[in-house]
Amino acid sequence: MNEIALLIAATLASGTPLAIAGLGLLLNEKAGVLNLGAEGMMLVAAIAGFAAAFTTGSDTLAFVAGAAAGGLLAAAFGVLVIWLNTNQYATGLAVSLFGYGFSAFVGVGFVGQKLAERASFEVPLLADIPLIGPALFKQHPMVYVAIACTFACMWFLYRSRAGLVLRAIGESPESAHALGYKVRWIRLGAVVAGGALCGVAGAFLSVVYAPLWVEGLVAGRGWIALALTTFATWRPLRVLLGAYLFGGVTMLQFALQGAGVDVSSQLLAMLPYLATIIVLALISRNPAWIRINMPASLGKSFHPGT
Amino acid sequence: MLRLEARPQPSQVMSLASPVIALLLTAIIAALLFAALGKDPVKGLGIFFVEPLSGLRQLSEVLLKATPLIVIALGLAVCYRSNVWNIGAEGQYLLGALAGGGVALWLTTQGIVLPKLIAVPLVLLSGVLGGMAWAGITALLRDKFNASEILVSLMLVYVAQQLVNYLVFGPWKDPQGFNFPQTKTFDASTWLPNLLTGTRLHIGFVIALVMVALLWVFMFRMFRGFQLQVGGLAPAAARYAGFSARTSLWTAMMISGALAGLAGAMEAAGPLRQITPHISTGLGFTAIIVCFVGRLHPVGIVFAGILLSMMLIGGELGQSRLGLPNALTGVFQGLLLVLLLACDTLIHYRVRLRRSPARQHLDVAVPAHAGIQRATQTVDPGMRRDDGGKP
Repeated sequence: MNEIALLIAATLASGTPLAIAGLGLLLNEKAGVLNLGAEGMMLVAAIAGFAAAFTTGSDTLAFVAGAAAGGLLAAAFGVLVIWLNTNQYATGLAVSLFGYGFSAFVGVGFVGQKLAERASFEVPLLADIPLIGPALFKQHPMVYVAIACTFACMWFLYRSRAGLVLRAIGESPESAHALGYKVRWIRLGAVVAGGALCGVAGAFLSVVYAPLWVEGLVAGRGWIALALTTFATWRPLRVLLGAYLFGGVTMLQFALQGAGVDVSSQLLAMLPYLATIIVLALISRNPAWIRINMPASLGKSFHPGT
Repeated sequence: MLRLEARPQPSQVMSLASPVIALLLTAIIAALLFAALGKDPVKGLGIFFVEPLSGLRQLSEVLLKATPLIVIALGLAVCYRSNVWNIGAEGQYLLGALAGGGVALWLTTQGIVLPKLIAVPLVLLSGVLGGMAWAGITALLRDKFNASEILVSLMLVYVAQQLVNYLVFGPWKDPQGFNFPQTKTFDASTWLPNLLTGTRLHIGFVIALVMVALLWVFMFRMFRGFQLQVGGLAPAAARYAGFSARTSLWTAMMISGALAGLAGAMEAAGPLRQITPHISTGLGFTAIIVCFVGRLHPVGIVFAGILLSMMLIGGELGQSRLGLPNALTGVFQGLLLVLLLACDTLIHYRVRLRRSPARQHLDVAVPAHAGIQRATQTVDPGMRRDDGGKP
């Protein structure tokens, strides 16, 4: 029984960075901007967070540093695609490649370094419940923040005026522009917010989840988070559930190894990526369904007719 | 105050000047970075841009490393021109190396010694098929399941890398290799013939140049190539003309898969002569940069391939001579692509000082150029700025 509780706990922890990054990208995409630079932003944020935690010993500062790094890189991406109208796919890819190189370069001195002893967290009282306690209530606070973020995101997008404007811009920037909304600035805001959330996710990986720095630490999670927005048909709650699903698949490989299943570790390591491909194919199978849910201007640049 | 003004027509000059400007900016930033790291900027730049060309041996190494970059980038150019976003060439390259290297390894372990004239083409052809098969998964999922080729092709890179690891740590491991994760060295009959004695440069460079010529003919002199590009630039026009988007997708993916696979097999049977977990050092991703810097044009790709190869070798030299981290190459590569995309804005727009209100008032009398701007968006010799109706 205890193993099951630990597996659930590990699933929540490994789903959390995916959820946070996925929500950030969702905000981006709801405004009509597709940021393929997620992987790069998470990598740069991961090393920024790790460096901050290593030098100051504060997790909070690590998350702030991660968010700042992610937001900054996203702002650069935003200026390129929103004002200079560069191709969103190519620019995002460029950000990912740059992020990979830059994080590896900055992180050279941090490879093999250890952070100070990690504090353990638990929710008072609730953590003492047998089975449920260790499964759900002994997590890093960021795990609960991710859940709170999901509901905040739902409220923002579907219950607030600002969220309505954001969605309108994603559906039809021309109409929003005609109504007098500053399409470019609002898009930039969404991109930076998305980058900051990807940054928090990256810092979570290097400071809480791993906790260490190696080159390419994020290992494709930025891309999985991008795929998550499609799985979730651009709904926040489904992003969270999808993230836990993938967290579960990631943990499954360790559980299988632990259970002594005779499959090589390299083949098991393929699981999360294969699962992403399979689920993506199943969800995308119906083009009409995707078209209904996808922000209509996603990936297209907007030229205000001056 | 500066502002961007749409050009009536995309500038051909800027399309060629943009990579040069981007390269200069990258060099300036590199120089500043060297200075910040306490190294002599002139010496640093020299190692990246002069040293790799300073002799026959160095030059041959540059061409050796440029070979897979050029071959992979050629295939990617076909993809990007047809608006198929295959970013997983790395995976297709790895599968090509596994398929080509696998055949070479099988011949070696079976003790079969074929004449070079049969063995080498056999190895290369297997690589081509391996790359095509891997690209075929992406094409199939895009075609039948509407799954984004961007995400699928990228996820398959991670799967391919794990497959390489599995094989070299497991079934393909050299029993006499002191438990190192690597295969036996292939039999000499499967090695690519050398081009210049005393260097590592092999026949693959000639094959790459032949591919450049073939791809040029395909892109600019064949109807199928034309169809692909119309599909990329103006999907609606292509549909109206009856050009099948499915055929375009499959053609583009198969060509790029085949070329990436060929590059993989050439590396395995060329300089490496065995398979290790490090058969790729991110060549499939560097090739994306080569492709854009080369303006998605076969001839441009040759120059861009040589440039990026110089940067890779410069990174290695910088590590051994100046003690710079090798990761610096990755920073410069990424920076080059980001700056290039920014400079590409100059193809469609020119920078103007904001005019006085009086002049702006005059502008109103002239028909607004917004319409022209839209129309010219679709005739870009280099790369498309706008996504053409992709989900």
